[in-house]
Amino acid sequence: MNIVVCVKYVPDAQSERTFDSDNTTDRVGVDGLLSEIDEYAVEEALKIVEASDGEVTVVTMGPAQAADAVKKALQMGAHKGVHVSDEALHGSDAPATSLVLAEAIRKIGAPDLVITGMASTDGIMSVVPAMLAERLGLPQVTFASELTVEGDTVTIRRDGDVASETIVASLPALVSVTDQINEPRYPSFKGIMAAKKKPVEQWGLADLGVDAGQVGLDAAWTKVTEFAKRPPREKGTIVVDEGDGGTKLAEFLSAQKFL
Amino acid sequence: MSEVLVLVDHADGVVRKSTFELLTLARRLGDPSAVFVGEGGEAAAESLARYGAAKVYVVADPDVTAYLVAPQAEVLAQLVEQVSPAAVLVPASSVGKEVAARLAVKTGSGLITDAVDVRAGGEGVETTQSVFAGSYTVTATVTRGTPIIAVKPNSATPEEASAAGEVVPVEVSISDAAKAARITDTQPKKATGRPELTEAAIVVSGGRGTGGDFGPVEAFADSLGAAVGASRAAVDAGWYPHSNQVGQTGKQVSPQLYVAAGISGAIQHRAGMQTSKTIVAVNKDEEAPIFELVDFGVVGDLFNVLPQATEAVKAAKG
Ligand SMILES: Cc1cc2nc3c(=O)[nH]c(=O)nc-3n(C[C@H](O)[C@H](O)[C@H](O)COP(=O)(O)OP(=O)(O)OC[C@H]3O[C@@H](n4cnc5c(N)ncnc54)[C@H](O)[C@@H]3O)c2cc1C
Ligand SMILES: Cc1cc2nc3c(=O)[nH]c(=O)nc-3n(C[C@H](O)[C@H](O)[C@H](O)COP(=O)(O)OP(=O)(O)OC[C@H]3O[C@@H](n4cnc5c(N)ncnc54)[C@H](O)[C@@H]3O)c2cc1C
Repeated sequence: MNIVVCVKYVPDAQSERTFDSDNTTDRVGVDGLLSEIDEYAVEEALKIVEASDGEVTVVTMGPAQAADAVKKALQMGAHKGVHVSDEALHGSDAPATSLVLAEAIRKIGAPDLVITGMASTDGIMSVVPAMLAERLGLPQVTFASELTVEGDTVTIRRDGDVASETIVASLPALVSVTDQINEPRYPSFKGIMAAKKKPVEQWGLADLGVDAGQVGLDAAWTKVTEFAKRPPREKGTIVVDEGDGGTKLAEFLSAQKFL
Repeated sequence: MSEVLVLVDHADGVVRKSTFELLTLARRLGDPSAVFVGEGGEAAAESLARYGAAKVYVVADPDVTAYLVAPQAEVLAQLVEQVSPAAVLVPASSVGKEVAARLAVKTGSGLITDAVDVRAGGEGVETTQSVFAGSYTVTATVTRGTPIIAVKPNSATPEEASAAGEVVPVEVSISDAAKAARITDTQPKKATGRPELTEAAIVVSGGRGTGGDFGPVEAFADSLGAAVGASRAAVDAGWYPHSNQVGQTGKQVSPQLYVAAGISGAIQHRAGMQTSKTIVAVNKDEEAPIFELVDFGVVGDLFNVLPQATEAVKAAKG
């Protein structure tokens, strides 16, 4: 079973996130890390190959710093990494990102499974997995809270708004996972040492046969025209409960016309 | 005027409020046409017409609903091809966003997700998004193809504007490729009688501080007619269903009033509730980060504060 996991390098949500002068996300001037939800995707892939056989290859598209996302996944136990980086990619939107990732997955070789997170922690669009399935012509088995692979079928549980569904597809398939699916491992000391010797390929657009005119800010199908920092919330009223906290809360709600 | 396609969100034929919001927003861009996938389209047409749908495309083919996402995208792609709409609006639910994703690739169109406002701008359809856990407001446009916009629930107040609501049955041929991921079992969620989380005007959420007893949270929610939410800590502990989780990997809510009880206010939780109009917290720890966000906070034990507030609310409402 060969698995490709897409891992995104994102600005740390705990630090101050912002935009560049060209209205794109600042991915260089801030601390970044492997998007937390993608750790669940890596973990699930590792569990599957540990139970059978095969290799886990992780792929990221991002600036030089994105190598950290690949490194973290290799430390967790992934076997190989691919880092797609090219000046021309700066400012790519979701359709362009999915185009590049699809070509990278094709070049890695036909995997049995492609696994992604359900959403990145910066864009939080939850669209790249569906776009990848569309582009690669793979069955889309997304938002998996449980996953089983048996023979050449994959079965997931997907918890929707009104129902919980069981979805079945045959391999090869594209799966996205939620943070309900497992508990990602921490890299062990051994894992950290081993990661240093694992192969990481560096690919540019030319290696993928993607024309620079199809990606990046100028080719984006959407355009951010303005961004503004939201004014900080005004400091609220805080009371300490001295036996009348609930009454005071109700008074506040009444004054705000919620009752 | 051009048509604007609106993908209808419904549960077994009952149209959700978010669809009426989309129809209201669609009128700013052109003539709304509702696209109803599943059983019960004819019956739903009346309410869709009341909110401005001039046409209601009804797709009842069982192939469309038996498989995940891909067939719905094929239906919309076919309609986009036929009517060249000014825009396509979908609900920003997980299914809605995935349908939009595939439609964007199929039609070579730009896609904007989680818009909180949509309007006709100088450069075409213009949207507002609230990003980075609500800390920035972004204005964006689509520069290629048909603008495809996934709109968050509670982004507009539904306004009635009666239209013809002409039912147009649509024949579709779904490709074999789109039938690759089959839905083999559906377990409906238990009905609670409470409003749906993303649609509710008021949400009361409980966290680890409930210690597993959501009784006071539910009672307070019921006194206010509110939906009940939960932090991931409460969900992970098995105290409340995942479908009620608020936050980055749960639901993103934007109600008039959000009450957090026994929730510390981690960044991943904030990502799901920070755009709420009014925020209230009850927490034992005066240092809890949630208090940085609140309009009103009570430092205290939720097991004392919530029951007292519940009684006071009931008394005030008579
Ligand atoms: C605040 C914000 C708003 C944005 N709004 C829009 C918009 O409305 N329209 C638009 O077209 N673009 C938008 N973008 C750009 C978009 O986020 C990026 O193009 C991104 O690469 C794809 O979207 P996502 O990160 O939301 O991915 P999601 O669809 O949320 O990601 C799901 C999964 O796909 C995989 N993945 C995603 N990106 C990569 C990557 N670069 N490398 C490896 N794996 C990856 C990961 O496994 C991830 O868990 C926005 C970006 C930001 C920061
Ligand atoms: C990838 C990822 C995704 C995540 N997604 C989400 C998400 O979608 N939603 C989410 O919520 N979290 C999410 N988290 C988890 C998040 O980081 C926090 O761990 C979580 O929000 C904590 O929940 P909590 O506030 O209930 O618990 P805690 O942080 O433990 O806080 C409990 C609070 O209750 C207070 N308290 C205790 N007893 C009482 C009492 N009797 N009365 C009043 N107050 C009391 C305490 O003072 C404390 O502030 C995610 C984490 C990761 C890594």
